[in-house]
Amino acid sequence: MRHYFILLRHELRVLIITPSTYIAAVLFLGVMGFFFQELLASYAAEPSDVSPAVGFFKLFFFPVFFLTPLLTMRSLAEERRMGTIETLMTTPVTSIEVVLAKFSASYLYYLAMWVSTLSFHYVLYRFAANPQVIDPGPLLGGYLFVALSGLMFIATGIFSSAVTRSQLVAGLMAFSLTILLTLGLRKLADLALFMTTPGEMVNAVAAHVQIFQHADDFVSGVFDSRAPVFYVSTAAFMLFLSVLALDARSARS
Amino acid sequence: MTEADATIEVEHLVKHFGRTVAVNDISFTVRRGEIIGFLGPNGAGKSTTMRILTGYLPANAGVVKICGKSVASSPLLTKRHIGYMPENNPLPEDLRVREYLTWRGHLKGLRGRRLRERLEAVLEQCDLQRAHRRIIGTLSKGFRQRVGVADAILAEPEVIIMDEPTIGLDPHQIIMIRDLISRLRGRMSVILSSHILPEIEATCDRVLIINHGRIVAAGTPDQLRSEFINRTGYEIEVHGELAAVRRALEPLGESSTVEAAEGTPDGDGFQVVTVQTGAARDHGEQILRLLGAAEGVRVRALTRHQATLEEVFLAATRRSWETTIPLKGDAARAAIAATDTGHASHPGS
Repeated sequence: MRHYFILLRHELRVLIITPSTYIAAVLFLGVMGFFFQELLASYAAEPSDVSPAVGFFKLFFFPVFFLTPLLTMRSLAEERRMGTIETLMTTPVTSIEVVLAKFSASYLYYLAMWVSTLSFHYVLYRFAANPQVIDPGPLLGGYLFVALSGLMFIATGIFSSAVTRSQLVAGLMAFSLTILLTLGLRKLADLALFMTTPGEMVNAVAAHVQIFQHADDFVSGVFDSRAPVFYVSTAAFMLFLSVLALDARSARS
Repeated sequence: MTEADATIEVEHLVKHFGRTVAVNDISFTVRRGEIIGFLGPNGAGKSTTMRILTGYLPANAGVVKICGKSVASSPLLTKRHIGYMPENNPLPEDLRVREYLTWRGHLKGLRGRRLRERLEAVLEQCDLQRAHRRIIGTLSKGFRQRVGVADAILAEPEVIIMDEPTIGLDPHQIIMIRDLISRLRGRMSVILSSHILPEIEATCDRVLIINHGRIVAAGTPDQLRSEFINRTGYEIEVHGELAAVRRALEPLGESSTVEAAEGTPDGDGFQVVTVQTGAARDHGEQILRLLGAAEGVRVRALTRHQATLEEVFLAATRRSWETTIPLKGDAARAAIAATDTGHASHPGS
């Protein structure tokens, strides 16, 4: 793991010096700010019994579907396409170190983007006549959920990027896998096939991997330890697959 | 050559890509401080062999040892001993030259003062001092190539592998890279591949010619020349009858030919005559002596035309086509073995 920190520092440095990092962050904040503003407008129109933070995290999935594939699709696919993977892998680094460094850098970037959305709540708190609109509980739960589920979504993106040279394929694959993990698992729990005795176990498992349900639980303060286990283990599995994909080389890459 | 002296040992290396055989039973050894040139047509297996040496690609069969350690079983150890510059020299576009080299130094285990010393040394050796603050993406091809070379020699590895290091460079830059590689002679083992044959001839101690994944010829340029080209050409500027010249040069033997070159005699009556002798041995002195003793013949100049590595290359690859194409499998291997014994029968040449 000696090289992990060297690689991670390099990845972060590249992120910091690349203008596209900031452009992407500004666009992300713009879109999220627009949603937040819409949300506040609807609150102003008719009073609601939940705080704006709860509504804010209901919108969570919209950026996740697009953001995580876009953030991660470059990471390994670009190295393959440019051929820099060859100079990288011929130094005494292991594939595990490379994959973990890429994952950590993307994850930190993802977190940094979300942390910057805290400013919305600050602005609301600062300028709202009633400080009661800020409810720290749902906010804390919501951001905790974002951090946990981000592990899985970013790892999925890294895996997609590890299996191809094309950023387009990597992005679309990460997008599809994200849809599969969110909507697909929900569908699985609803399937009549698994309601009967032989498939009961599948149904029981599927009932606990409902990402939308997790989001609601976290925001409303229900902390179920099964959710973190699910996200961490899925992330670890995806990263394991990424290491295998990185080690399997063809003549061209 | 002793085992301890060898930095690269390759035995019966085989690599398939699906049903294509890229490397087919290659064996060779490189001593410490030796510079080896890989020659071969495109797709001959040069890059694949190099990638296997670096541990980037796994081999299907065979043993590769770097400094006595097997690449397959201890890749992290062998990678420490290798500086590698891939074909097309991929570099990250967004970093500055110094940032990139510092990062590479860290990856290769250089730290603190030693890293700073090595960094300054390679920047100077590769003539990059003026460019060290520039962003790699804005550099010209020549500069980029030098950044690649600087990276390869950065950690002073025992083995340096460069795939086409001079491709796309102008003559000045080629000479610069060539000098740089020559300076590594005796300290590091260098393997480089090139299409530019004079390039290989100028820098390399030994040449391996690869075709269809096999080594079809190996040796110093002189050895290869005497093995594949069994004649030597001379150009003589001579005054006198062609028949008289022919008569004078008869002692050279049956296999030699004397032809008048195209063109008429110049103002002073001298004409260019080409002489081909049937051996790689130098007959220059004998020719001068024979013509000096002859009646009515005066010599003004004599030039020896050494076969270029290009001719050797063409002869060697042509021979390998002839021996490998019509045959398959074991029969082909037997044919190669037969030509190999053929090599061994010219040891003194």
